[in-house]
Amino acid sequence: MRFRDLIRLALDSALRARMRSIMLLLAMSIGVAAVIALTSLGEGARRYVANEFQALGTRMIIVIPGRSETGGVSPGMLAGETPRALTLSDALAVQRLPGVERVAPLVVGSAPASAGALEREAPVMGSSAELMPVHGFKLARGEFLPSGDLSRDTAVAVIGNNIARELFPGREAIGGNLRIADRRFRVIGVLADQGRMIGMDSQELVIVPVSAAQALFNTESLFRLLIQAQTRDDMNRVREATIEAIRLRHQGEEDVTVITQDALLSTFDRIFTALTLTLAGIASISLAVAGVLIMNVMLVSVSQRTSEVGLLKAIGATRSQITALFLTEAILLSVAGAISGLFVGLGVDWIVGHLYPSLPLSPPVWAVVMALVVAIISGVVFGLMPARRAARLDPVAALAGRR
Amino acid sequence: MIELRNICRHFQMGDQQVRALDDVNVHIDSGEYVSIMGPSGSGKSTLLNVLGLLDRPTAGTYLLDGRETTSLDDEELAHTRARKIGFIFQSFHLIPRLTAFENVELPLVLAGVAPDVRRPRVQELLASLSLESRARHRPNELSGGQRQRVAIARAMVMQPAVLLADEPTGNLDHISGAEVLAAIEGLNAKGITLLVVTHDAEVSQRARRHIRMRDGRVVEDL
Repeated sequence: MRFRDLIRLALDSALRARMRSIMLLLAMSIGVAAVIALTSLGEGARRYVANEFQALGTRMIIVIPGRSETGGVSPGMLAGETPRALTLSDALAVQRLPGVERVAPLVVGSAPASAGALEREAPVMGSSAELMPVHGFKLARGEFLPSGDLSRDTAVAVIGNNIARELFPGREAIGGNLRIADRRFRVIGVLADQGRMIGMDSQELVIVPVSAAQALFNTESLFRLLIQAQTRDDMNRVREATIEAIRLRHQGEEDVTVITQDALLSTFDRIFTALTLTLAGIASISLAVAGVLIMNVMLVSVSQRTSEVGLLKAIGATRSQITALFLTEAILLSVAGAISGLFVGLGVDWIVGHLYPSLPLSPPVWAVVMALVVAIISGVVFGLMPARRAARLDPVAALAGRR
Repeated sequence: MIELRNICRHFQMGDQQVRALDDVNVHIDSGEYVSIMGPSGSGKSTLLNVLGLLDRPTAGTYLLDGRETTSLDDEELAHTRARKIGFIFQSFHLIPRLTAFENVELPLVLAGVAPDVRRPRVQELLASLSLESRARHRPNELSGGQRQRVAIARAMVMQPAVLLADEPTGNLDHISGAEVLAAIEGLNAKGITLLVVTHDAEVSQRARRHIRMRDGRVVEDL
């Protein structure tokens, strides 16, 4: 039998049994669409998180005082030794390392902020002009902290939107006087609303020069040191160099933890990839169900067409030809189902993408390939048994319509 | 042409053995016109199925064109059926979703004959059975006589040596039946070996040789 004739005969048979074919197409498309849509969701969530990290500041390396160890208790801890503080001079030393673009020291605390008769408690962040590019802050209006000597204590503040509204109701906050604890600051900028970033609500924030914050909270030590590498490729080198530089400054004690944004990102990446795989696995169950349905429907088809099989045998069809006819029909149906499922899945993505534009929905390539391959394989596997049953029918009994 | 020696076909029905064919010896020469008669259960259909290689005898030898067939495997049997034997059935056995043309073409399709070789051969056959105007019709749009003539065309399209007809007029009125018989007798006149299984004495009378069966045995061969 010629290949074209085989396809034509199988297609003819599939098109004639319209209801049966529609059911099969439907089952297979639901399975494939489920795989596509669910993996798109997982992949979309992964990319959403990756974008958020991107917004958090690029090429960022974070230095945290103290060593977080998973290897048990260090001798220093037993001796009651506290980690050495991270200081401004550490920041200046790191600033001079090769591959470092910017360094922003961070002092964090909470203090009462007041303007005129209005007062509220506000989180206060002490930093430098570098914080804006490193962290990715945006200004609504005014300007950010001035650049210059870190140890110079300029009495200026950049405040969040909510602080501006609450402490300066109905008037322009910029140029206004803000009292934090017992110190006076002049407001020079208002932050744009960027939502929450690493646990800080940018609307509820007061940013002052780092030395001012040190004076306010009466501390020399820094909460964090944010470093921006010159390029992504520099990140690892800068990380190592930073650890080494601080170790030398801290009498050979490696007492800081340095994390890169990459490390965080790849952790999330792994979590979301696992999630996507799980979703794909769950959706694959519906593909398997579709396969079982194919088998069922093809078995019914074989028993309905028993006398046709008998006739084919009488006019000289071999077992392998009859197997090929039924198998081709099952495969054609599952391929058609897979393709229509692909479009349904992409359609779902399109609709969800329109409802939630911030979620970048598109299926990962491996999921599309997997869904199509599994659909076709299930057509073959589940189509084979009914096809072989047809091929093995006894011609005399089959002609009489008996099985 | 056809040589049956001590052919037996036994079925097991529960704990009872049914001897559908019991030591049948028949020799049929090329170009003969033979009718096979007998009451139901006499084994005449089983004989036709064995002759058509659809059923395997339990014992005995069947030589077709001088070739032993009982030892052939399924594949070889299918090929032999395709090339040497044409079937006509009481219930026509046309495939309802295919047109008359496609039904006739089917054996050629299975044999892998190229489309441009198939087309003229099918058209010629349909024309010789006055069916050329019905080529694009499906079986449910044809009369009984037309359906049986389509089936004859299908049986003949591979140019077999033997035509086996099982009650070919059983589902037809008198006039259509006569047309169908005339068609297959015309083929016999051109040299094909024709075997007709029938109840109908009138149909049987038209053959030149008459085999009568009872209880799986040939009781009369004139």
